[in-house]
Amino acid sequence: MNSITARNKSEKRFKMYGKVAVTVAISFLVILLYNIFSSGISAFKQTYVAVQLDIPANLDKKTLNPRSELNKSFLKMFPDLQSRAEKRAALSLLSKGARYEFKDLLLNNEGKDLKGYYWFLASSDLDMYIKGTVKRQGDTAGRIDEYQMKLIDILQSKNLVELHSNKYLFSSADSREPEMAGIKGAILGSLYAIIIAFLVSFPIAVMSAVYLEKIATKNRFSDIIETNINNLAAVPSIVFGLLGLAIFLNFFELPRSAPLVGGLTLALMTLPTIVIAARAAIKSVPPSIEEAAIGLGASKVQTIFGFTLPLAMPGILTGTIIGIAQAIGETAPLLMIGMVAFVVDAPGGPMDASTALPVQIYLWADSPERAFTERTSAAIMVLLGFLILLNLTAIYLRKKLEKKW
Amino acid sequence: MISFLVVLIFGLAVYGFILNSSKARALAEFNILHSQPHYHGLYSAFMTIVPAIILLIFWSFIVNMISNITLKDFFSDVTDDGLVKFYTEGVIAYVEGTTDRIIDHVGFIPAVEHYQSLQSSNQILKFAVVLMLTLILFKHSLKFVEVTFKARDFIERIVILVMRASAVFAIFVTIGIVLSLLFETLRFFESVNVFDFLFGTHWSPQMAIRADQVGSSGSFGAVPVFVGTLLISLIAMAVAGPIGMYSAIYLSQYASDKVRSYAKPIIEILAGIPTVVYGFFAVITVAPFFRDMGTFLSFTNMSSESAIVAGTVMGIMIIPFVASLTDDALTAVPQSLKEGSLAMGATISETTKQVIIPASFHGIVGSFLLAFSRAIGETMIVVMAAGFAANMTFNPFDSVSTVTVQIVGLLTGDQEFDSPKTLSAFALAFVLFFITLILNVISLAIVKRYREQYE
Repeated sequence: MNSITARNKSEKRFKMYGKVAVTVAISFLVILLYNIFSSGISAFKQTYVAVQLDIPANLDKKTLNPRSELNKSFLKMFPDLQSRAEKRAALSLLSKGARYEFKDLLLNNEGKDLKGYYWFLASSDLDMYIKGTVKRQGDTAGRIDEYQMKLIDILQSKNLVELHSNKYLFSSADSREPEMAGIKGAILGSLYAIIIAFLVSFPIAVMSAVYLEKIATKNRFSDIIETNINNLAAVPSIVFGLLGLAIFLNFFELPRSAPLVGGLTLALMTLPTIVIAARAAIKSVPPSIEEAAIGLGASKVQTIFGFTLPLAMPGILTGTIIGIAQAIGETAPLLMIGMVAFVVDAPGGPMDASTALPVQIYLWADSPERAFTERTSAAIMVLLGFLILLNLTAIYLRKKLEKKW
Repeated sequence: MISFLVVLIFGLAVYGFILNSSKARALAEFNILHSQPHYHGLYSAFMTIVPAIILLIFWSFIVNMISNITLKDFFSDVTDDGLVKFYTEGVIAYVEGTTDRIIDHVGFIPAVEHYQSLQSSNQILKFAVVLMLTLILFKHSLKFVEVTFKARDFIERIVILVMRASAVFAIFVTIGIVLSLLFETLRFFESVNVFDFLFGTHWSPQMAIRADQVGSSGSFGAVPVFVGTLLISLIAMAVAGPIGMYSAIYLSQYASDKVRSYAKPIIEILAGIPTVVYGFFAVITVAPFFRDMGTFLSFTNMSSESAIVAGTVMGIMIIPFVASLTDDALTAVPQSLKEGSLAMGATISETTKQVIIPASFHGIVGSFLLAFSRAIGETMIVVMAAGFAANMTFNPFDSVSTVTVQIVGLLTGDQEFDSPKTLSAFALAFVLFFITLILNVISLAIVKRYREQYE
């Protein structure tokens, strides 16, 4: 037998291993969240450049070419520029989106003077420099060359470059220009898909849970269904994607990339999760209540719909929300049914081509354009925000509605 | 026309519900009915809606089939099946007005005329027959409000039928998975030998697009892909196994209730984070970290898409699976065993190592198997952090590919359904499905057996 001190030492060591393991696990979470937040927070601001405009009220603003007019006004601020290359370098500090903003400005100010400084969207290169994502090295920074750096210094000395809140992030869909890309289309696509997934999987799951718990007699058949559902819960999500591809796209010939198909595929995937949660909730309803109902003359179906289901509903809803939260973050099955398309318009309905939030994250993360990195993190923050909201709802429901029997 | 019909049917159903239930209510004032009034109402509504809708769906299905077959006759000189399908779809789209493109084929105009006449007669006939059925059943259902009529029994039988159908639906999902994978897999094995696929050691699914292209005949030996999957999953288990298990031991044996109630949910958050987020984390944080470490330790041949990056991040993801399943196994050990050991003077660590872990060994093995099957099927982390080129290596600093990466790579983007390249994704998915299924069945069986031991 070992000495007491040796045993105590080994006891201490063992306990420390446990503590270290827990700490490591939690610190992984902290590092992950910190990384995402620190790189994503800057995407909620966007760089704008002030351009001095001088457009008299009597000018017919509809005939004006917004692009050349804006370029002219911008170049007028730098009278020193001579060569075409210098001018081109200067103009590329503005985003392609600036001309649309200018056009809107013109249309909204019909018959008014436009004089003074107005703010326009800057290009992603300038944006990254202002935010410090790319560092200055001598006279250049990332893709910003010497010409542009000189102009940026002038603009900054006059306070004509500012960070404003990023309105594109939530009001536009995907775009090739990082500074104009947003997640509106992806959020809508996810929303449609999730609503469809819920509408399809919830009734089927609750019905089958009731059947397995309350109606089926324990026999071979109900055993098969039970093991089948348990195994279905462990099938990799990508296999459900292939199922969706084979059945919904190739057999039923539903449109590719549509949130409808995504929703149906996710419904099949969340079905087992909800069934398992619903069964546990139904099982926890005390039999005495059901027996009392039966004793008073209620039929089996009346007991189920009048007593069992209402009492089990908090548990069922909690399980459903957790299943839906899983489905929102799911990417692989959506890749299989073609929801990876580059879509510049937000979908108007569940049949329109669209992406989903996690797929948008994947697309942006894959993009070689460095300016998309902060947007990817911002999209992840939005996605995590949704998930936290859903989980808090689940916790709240459980606390609020749970009864101790 | 159809939407009008559907609205009409639903209107009739509501009317039937109101009519029958009020009639039953009137009857109930002086009699004792077998079923409560609203069941009588539901009976009428059911009889009005359900048969009509079933007929409507069935009818559309049959007519679609007939029109497809008859339309094909107009293009009987075209030999390509895909082209015939394209033509018939063009005719249907033209008649329905979604496009005004006229296909350059002699059969097009007659086909359009044929389809138009078919559609117009079909519309009228469908409307008449469905409406007739609805009216007959509606009228019929009104007669049944009687003291002895068992409307409730009827409705309840239907409800139970729907429940049973829902439960069976899960089986159909499984059958659907197996059939859809099997069907394409068998087609794949028509062009590629089964043994070449399962035991071949060279994987490069790129096929020559033109016959005269050199060097890309496509070879489908899946062993490198399996090896890559195994390697990444093993790295993941090497990360998640110790961390998950020691966390579970600490939280179940040492931690106070307060610590436990905070630490457990925090660790479980790791399981709730979408895998695409882990993928991004792997690319922007973990990969540079390992690369810097590689340069620091002067490893020069370190790949930026090395297996260790994907494996480590996947390991982080499955920590909570291992932790919570192991925790379940540890806490299922009867308290008396633990207390007996402690009473003999053993320390907690000795009790854990010599009593609790042996007693819950089955459960722990089961939890590891479940976590392993999770790692094998995981997609997004490896798609983003591992490579597409399938190298046959066990070196964790090399780039390897996995089954799921190959499936995604082969099936995203343009796909033709007959090429072995596309079909090979289904064969890989079939293997993946089969292996995860077996792992799951085994682990569930193990967990069940040990649980019974203590009950």
